[in-house]
Amino acid sequence: MEYEAVIGMEVHVEINSRAKVFCGCATNFNAPPNTNVCPICLGMPGALPVLNRDMVDKSIAVGLALNCQISRWSKMDRKNYFYPDLAKNYQISQYDLPLCHDGRLEIEVDGERRVVGITRAHIEEDTARNTHTLGGGQSGVDFNRCGLPLLEIVTEPDIRSAKEAYAYLTALKQILQYLDVSDCNMEEGSLRAEANISIRPKGEAAFGVKTEVKNVASFSGTQKAIEFEIARQEKVLREGGVIEQETRGWDADRGVTFTQRKKESAHDYRYFPEPDLTPVVVDETWEQRIREQMPELPAARRKRFESQYGLSPYDAHVLTLSRSMADYYEAVVAAKADAKKAANWVMVELQALLSGDKAAIEHCKITPENLAALLQMIDGGAISGKIAKDVVVAMYATGDAPATIVEKKGLTQISDSSVIEDAVRQILDGSPDQVTQYKAGKTKVFGFFVGQIMKATRGKANPALVNDILRRELEK
Amino acid sequence: MTDAWHWKSAREIRDAVSAGAVSATQVVSDHLARIDDVDGRVDAFTQVWRDMALEMAGAVDAKIARGETPGPLAGVPVALKELFCTREGKTSCASKMLENFESPYDATVVKKLAAADAVFLGKVNMDEFAMGSSTENSAIKTTKNPWNLNCVPGGSSGGSAAAVAAGECPISLGSDTGGSIRQPACLCGCVGIKPTYGRVSRFGLVAFASSLDQIGPLTRTVEDAALTLDVICGKDPMDATSADLPATDFVGGLTGDISGLRVGLPREYFTEALNAEMREKVERAIDVYRANGAEIVDISLPCSDYAIAVYYIICTAEASANLARFDGVRYGFRHPDAKTMQEMYVLSKSAGFGPEVQRRIMLGTYVLSSGYYDAYYLKAQKARALIKKDFDAAFEKCDVIAGPTSPTPSFAFGAKSDDPLEMYLSDIYTISVNLATLPGMSLPCGLTDAGLPAGLQLIARPFDEATLLNAAHFYEKNRGFDMGRPPIA
Ligand SMILES: [Zn+2]
Repeated sequence: MEYEAVIGMEVHVEINSRAKVFCGCATNFNAPPNTNVCPICLGMPGALPVLNRDMVDKSIAVGLALNCQISRWSKMDRKNYFYPDLAKNYQISQYDLPLCHDGRLEIEVDGERRVVGITRAHIEEDTARNTHTLGGGQSGVDFNRCGLPLLEIVTEPDIRSAKEAYAYLTALKQILQYLDVSDCNMEEGSLRAEANISIRPKGEAAFGVKTEVKNVASFSGTQKAIEFEIARQEKVLREGGVIEQETRGWDADRGVTFTQRKKESAHDYRYFPEPDLTPVVVDETWEQRIREQMPELPAARRKRFESQYGLSPYDAHVLTLSRSMADYYEAVVAAKADAKKAANWVMVELQALLSGDKAAIEHCKITPENLAALLQMIDGGAISGKIAKDVVVAMYATGDAPATIVEKKGLTQISDSSVIEDAVRQILDGSPDQVTQYKAGKTKVFGFFVGQIMKATRGKANPALVNDILRRELEK
Repeated sequence: MTDAWHWKSAREIRDAVSAGAVSATQVVSDHLARIDDVDGRVDAFTQVWRDMALEMAGAVDAKIARGETPGPLAGVPVALKELFCTREGKTSCASKMLENFESPYDATVVKKLAAADAVFLGKVNMDEFAMGSSTENSAIKTTKNPWNLNCVPGGSSGGSAAAVAAGECPISLGSDTGGSIRQPACLCGCVGIKPTYGRVSRFGLVAFASSLDQIGPLTRTVEDAALTLDVICGKDPMDATSADLPATDFVGGLTGDISGLRVGLPREYFTEALNAEMREKVERAIDVYRANGAEIVDISLPCSDYAIAVYYIICTAEASANLARFDGVRYGFRHPDAKTMQEMYVLSKSAGFGPEVQRRIMLGTYVLSSGYYDAYYLKAQKARALIKKDFDAAFEKCDVIAGPTSPTPSFAFGAKSDDPLEMYLSDIYTISVNLATLPGMSLPCGLTDAGLPAGLQLIARPFDEATLLNAAHFYEKNRGFDMGRPPIA
């Protein structure tokens, strides 16, 4: 019997508003414990929440980017449970009427398109952080995180493999970054993914018993955890066992999932409408305003890169992976660089430098204008492509304009025929054996001569001229 | 002139202080002396802020000396119910849970009163977390009715009502979730108004039931109620449910003219449930309107019978969540014997909350539980909408609704405290007003043979406090008798 996995994802995204979702406290990640707090997020008596409009704006933008319906009327609810990381012992969330619902996100896996249904995206407040490292049997609570704006995005059980889950997360993160609504930093917890995983015999419609895998610190970790979990469930079933509904953690070192919490009885959260907040009413005008402010999204930009710049689907894909990379590329082209050459340089040379440094393109010292100038120098014959590769390294290190570097280092290409002719003759005169070989039909040594000439001119000779002159001299 | 300032109205004090006829310090000292004199018997005050009061009074006097325009409550002494958050003193909600709790901030109403140059005398007693109708549920002390020290002052704002009635302050601030301003005002012979839900910011009012709670003043005159309301109402960016409406002039709206006023009498409020003497006083009060040209119309509020049940589902549901935060983690009472997290919750709550509060938390938790939510909470919300509809229909036929505030006058300590259902009936005429988010007020309308006050309740359309206060003011000026002062010397 062949099994099929059924996976749904729940992603919590910390929205990068400057203030918390129901109070004015700052949201920066690394503040000392309990400094970004006030009576409201500490759940002090008498304090009341007020919904942050920026959070609603950004949540609508995410909803629209995920092709969701935006509710004209939604409300906040109280989710009741006791835990020290929850200041009020209820979390303000959205229960039956989420802000965004019924969307979809297209993903691509091994060249195949798949659509993942988005069930809902709703607003809620983050909880505080408990620490158990204080010693003396005491636990501490840091309320800096309590009340941070969270958007929970829930998919339909449409995902069929760990790879698809990875692709979904990547596509979602890409959209969030394009919208500039979240840092999407998994280590800092601004993006948290949970996977609900079950398996069933292929072709069967009913779902199997699911487990929930939580607290994985990266996308690739999530992919591995799902792979492991599918295999584990399959093994259990093949051995005649049953899957227990439970929450499982991921041990990255050992590469296994493990039981965290057995599902006792279902938790009764006693949801009811939050009486301290008025309903969230998003009219046509509000939605339209957000729609108009939205940047071009990855899929649209990819298509445009193909048609406008004549890029291959692969190049367009790579260049639009991040909004900053795509912006950079377009700035290079706007500075009058050839679109295809610019694509190559950004994707290959620049990307190599950035990866070597683990640096973000936002902090790259090479301005798009300087990169365009470099490409123009190659086109104009001022330097060779080979020299340009050295120049770009210097540009990356110093931020200097290419012309400055070329001049300082004396790298200007030699395009004077007489100089090259002299160099060619010198090499030919000094290599009579190879000349004989060439004349005998062993044309492979042509490359040897080119190498020698380039060496003699320290790479500055115009390669096209070298080719022409060398051939002419050898044919004599 | 040695006439006691403590029997003067807020308006009289404000005018005299502003005109320089008396210093705020003298007015406040007089009130502090009055508290020293009678509060040992009334037990309205839980905290007297002597130094703070004299300091605030001094600041008002200095302001006037500098020639600056004094605020609309210049030098007027005010007492605050124990559930208003104040940086000064404690904010205990009359609960062991918060007996040592100091709030890090001032409630919006507290800030507004201070900005109007009012002077805080301290805080007054209440039923624990505003749950009760007699103030017997206070964990701090037992407040007495100044008209009869063996009787309850009503509740939950019993301390507020008793303090005003005993001449300890001209204004006290209370809160009303199902009658907690109006019922004690009635039982103590004061004026008490519960404004429309959203009229006054709830920021800094320790919540009992968020969709029902509303802040209002208890005073001895309608004009003082209007004066206070003008100061404390208005949109607050800190309270999402506060209404954004034009500035009010309730004092200016007390015209003495009720021509064209239609007064509706709800059939359902004049039944056997209403004590005969209370009924007689209320009917005589309505005669004042009839005799002065108001049109008296019969109306019906057919869903009234459901009000108590609906109220105790909604208020307990909201309270069960609102009071969840008192867990011993961040502030308030933490049981010293607790060794685990579970014990911290259970022991702290069991020892910190009194029996009525625990009863309501349990009730509220129950009605929200899965499997019961639809039958109780959801059904109650639907019934609440029907109750509101009743009022909408009634206000097609009348401009104010008149009836009793309380079914009975004040009662002896212990008379109802063992029977919660009997106690809950104290609010049968006031609860619907909160459920329908309407403004309502209680006015003294005479004394029973036993010398206990009776109260007339008036109810108006949402945000039509102007009509409500003008009608009330008219009655006060034309009722033809003086309520006198309680026998307490
Ligand atoms: Zn805060």
